[in-house]
Amino acid sequence: MAIPENKLAFGDGWQYSPAPESIDHIKVRKKYDLFIGGDFVAPVKGRYFETINPATEERLSRVGLGTELDVDKAVAAARKAYSSWSRMKAAERGKYVYRIARILQERAREFAAIESLDGGKPIRESRDVDIPLAAAHFFYYAGWADKLDYAFPGRTARPLGVAGQIIPWNFPLLMAAWKIAPALACGNTVVLKPAETTPLTAMKLAEVVADAGLPPGVVNIVTGAGDTGAAIVNHPGVDKIAFTGSTAVGRIIQKALAGTNKRYTLELGGKAANIIFADAAIDQAVEGIVNGIFFNQGHVCCAGSRLLVQESVADQVIQKLKDRMDTLIVGDPLDKNTDIGAINSAAQLETIESYLAIGEEEGAELYQSACPVPDRGYWCRPTLFTGVSQSNRVVQEEIFGPVLAIQTFRTFSEALSKANNTRYGLSGGVWTDKGAKIFKITQNVRAGVVWANTFNKFDPTSPFGGYKESGVGREGGLHGLDAYLKLEA
Amino acid sequence: MAVSAVNAMHRLPDLSRVPVVDEVGVNERVARFQTRSIKSASKIEALKLILSMIDLTTLEGQDTPGKVRQLCQKAIHLHDSMPGLPHVAAVCVYPTMVGIAREALQGRDINIASVATGFPSGQAPLSVKLEETRLAVESGANEIDMVISRGAFLAGNYQLVFDEIMAIKEACGDAHLKVILETGELGTLDRVRRASVLAMHAGADFIKTSTGKIQPAATMQVTLVMLQAIRDYFYETGRMVGMKPAGGISQSKLAVHYLVMLRETLGNAWMTPEWFRFGASSLANDVLMQLQKQATGVYQSADYFSKD
Repeated sequence: MAIPENKLAFGDGWQYSPAPESIDHIKVRKKYDLFIGGDFVAPVKGRYFETINPATEERLSRVGLGTELDVDKAVAAARKAYSSWSRMKAAERGKYVYRIARILQERAREFAAIESLDGGKPIRESRDVDIPLAAAHFFYYAGWADKLDYAFPGRTARPLGVAGQIIPWNFPLLMAAWKIAPALACGNTVVLKPAETTPLTAMKLAEVVADAGLPPGVVNIVTGAGDTGAAIVNHPGVDKIAFTGSTAVGRIIQKALAGTNKRYTLELGGKAANIIFADAAIDQAVEGIVNGIFFNQGHVCCAGSRLLVQESVADQVIQKLKDRMDTLIVGDPLDKNTDIGAINSAAQLETIESYLAIGEEEGAELYQSACPVPDRGYWCRPTLFTGVSQSNRVVQEEIFGPVLAIQTFRTFSEALSKANNTRYGLSGGVWTDKGAKIFKITQNVRAGVVWANTFNKFDPTSPFGGYKESGVGREGGLHGLDAYLKLEA
Repeated sequence: MAVSAVNAMHRLPDLSRVPVVDEVGVNERVARFQTRSIKSASKIEALKLILSMIDLTTLEGQDTPGKVRQLCQKAIHLHDSMPGLPHVAAVCVYPTMVGIAREALQGRDINIASVATGFPSGQAPLSVKLEETRLAVESGANEIDMVISRGAFLAGNYQLVFDEIMAIKEACGDAHLKVILETGELGTLDRVRRASVLAMHAGADFIKTSTGKIQPAATMQVTLVMLQAIRDYFYETGRMVGMKPAGGISQSKLAVHYLVMLRETLGNAWMTPEWFRFGASSLANDVLMQLQKQATGVYQSADYFSKD
C-alpha cells in the first residue's frame, strides 16, 4: 500500500441523537451504612464519605467510612458465620450462590445503570459486559460448590476461613463477583471492601445477598478508603487476603503479610503488549487495538497499552486506527451510544494527564481524536503516542487511561523481546493469520493471559492472573478454587 | 487524480497482497454497529436519507411495461400525503424495460439503472455482454449494474474478470458502472475482499453485493468488508467508489444500521445517494411506515401505502 495521504471525515453530517438509558427505575439511597452480620449498621465512629458521579461531579450518595472497629465487627461476624457455613451441605451452599446469580440477572438493568453512574463507564459496557459477567461468575462457582472433590481428585478440599477481599474501582461489581463467588462456593465467609470511588453496586449487592437469604455474616461489606483496607489486611482474624489493585499497594500488602499465616492472591498492574504482525487481518486487528486500550476508558489492568506493530504495515495500521478513533464517542456514560465514558475520578484524570505531559517531554508524538467532551466531569480523549522507545516512562509504566504507546518492530524476535521487556506480565495479544506464529508467541510471552486475534475477552472458566509485578496467584476457573481451599491428602 | 492512481486503475493488482479478513472479528464489529441506538431527530434524518438512496428495483421474468411504469410513478411519488419526502435515487430494471422507464421518468431527476451482462448468472459470451450494455445505454440507462463472471473468479482467472469489467466500463461510456460481485457465490469474506479490489482497479464506479437472485444476498458482514476495501482503495488512490448492498434489506431498522456502518467506516463524504445505494423493492414502504409513525406516533396499516 502507498504512503497514506487521504483522510476520511467523521466530524459533521449525520450525528446520533442522545439515547440515554432511563434511570427512573433505579433506587439509590441517600446514605448507605456498612453491611455487617446480615444488617446495615452505622459505622462505629459515625463518619461517612461522599461518592460522586464522575460525569457530572454531583453527589450520588453518602457511604459509611469503616474503621478498624468496624472491620473488627465484620471479621467477628464472618468468623461466627463460618462455623455453620463451612459445614453446611455443599449443595445447599451452592443454592445460595445460584440465588445471587439469578437475582443479579433479574436486576441487571438497575445494576448496569448504577455502575455507570458511580464509575463513569459507558452503559453499553456495564450492560453487555460487567453485569452479565458478574452473574456468570456466580453461576459458574455455584456449580463447583458440591463438586470440589472432583476438582481436586484424591485430595480433600477444605475452606480457609475468613477471607478479606479488597477490590478496585474499574470493574466494581465484577471484581466483587470474582472475589465473593469462589470464596462462598468453597465454604469461606468474606469481608469485602469496595473501592472508595465506586461503592454503590457493592452496597446493592449487599441488598441482593440479604434478599437471597444468606445466613448473616457470610458476606460482610465494609466501605472505606486505604485505612479500611489496611485494617482488613492486618486483622489477625483474617485467614486469606485477596487484593486487586495497584502494584504499589500490592507491595505494601505483601510486606504486611510476610511472616503471617495468611494466604494471599494479588492481582496487580499491567502493561500488555498487543503485537500486530504484517500478515494479520488488519481491519480486525485495528478493532482489537481499540477494544484493547479504549475499553472502560483504559482503566483495565490487562489493557493492551503497548502496541507493537510490524514496520511494513505500521503506517497503514496507524492511519486506520486514527480514523477509527475519530468515530469513538466520548461523553455521557448513560448514553447508549457512548464508547468512552468518564474517567473514574479527578485523581485518576490527574495521573493520566501527568503521563500525557511526560510523554511529550520524552519526545513522543501525541495524537488525540477531535471529538467534543462535556464541560463538567472528568474526561480524556482517546490518545496515541508514536515515536516512543522502551526506555520511555509512557512505555514502561501503567497509565490506566485511554492512552496507547505505539512502537514498531521488524523481526519476530524483536517483537518478543520488546513484549517481555517489562516489569509486568499480566496479559498480551497477538494478531496474525499464521497458527504457528500464534503458538510461538503464546509460549514465549511471559504473561498470564495471551489473546490471539482478539483482546479483552473474559470468561469465568478461564484463569486470570499475572507474572512478575502483575501479581501472585490466579482467579477464575479451576485455579480460582485453589485460592480459597486447603488441599489435604 | 495522481499519476499513480491512473496507472493503478488499469492494471490487475497483486491480489495476494490484499489484507486477509477474520470472520469472527467482522461479526463482532457488525454486532457493535447494531448496538447503536438511533432515536428521534437522527432517526428521521436517517429514514429520509435511506429513501433517497433506494434503487427501486423490479427484475422479474414476468415484468411488464405496466409494472415498470407503476414503479416509476412510485419513484416520483413515494407517499405524497407526507410532505418533504425525497424521491428515490434510481429505478433498476432489465434492458428491455429501460425505454419504458425513460419515458415514465421524463424530466425527472431520477436515474435509470439497468442490469446487463447476462444478469443474473453472467453466463454469456463477452460480445453479447458488451452488446447488451450498449443497448441499455442507448435506450437511456445512465447506470449499468453488471455481474462478474464468478466461475472465472473462483477458478482464479482474475485477469479474465478484470478485462471483462474494463471492457464493459468502456462500453458504458458516460453511464456509471456498478459491479455486482454476487457475494453469496463467492463463499468467503477473503474472496469478497479480493473481488472488491479487483473490480475497483478495473474501473468500477460502484461495487454491489448481489443480484438478489442468490441467497444469501446482502449481509452487513459482506458490506463491511466491501466498505473497508473501498476505504483502502481511497487511501491508496484518492478515488471514491460507491457501495450498493442489494437484496435482503427490507426493514428500516436494518437499513439504519447499514447507515451507521457506512458512517463509521467511510465517513460523511459517502453519506449521499451519489455514493451509497440500497438495492431493494420492499424497503421503501417500511421506511415510509416508520416515518409516519415518527410523525403521528402510531403505525398505519400497510394498506395505506401503495404496493408497486
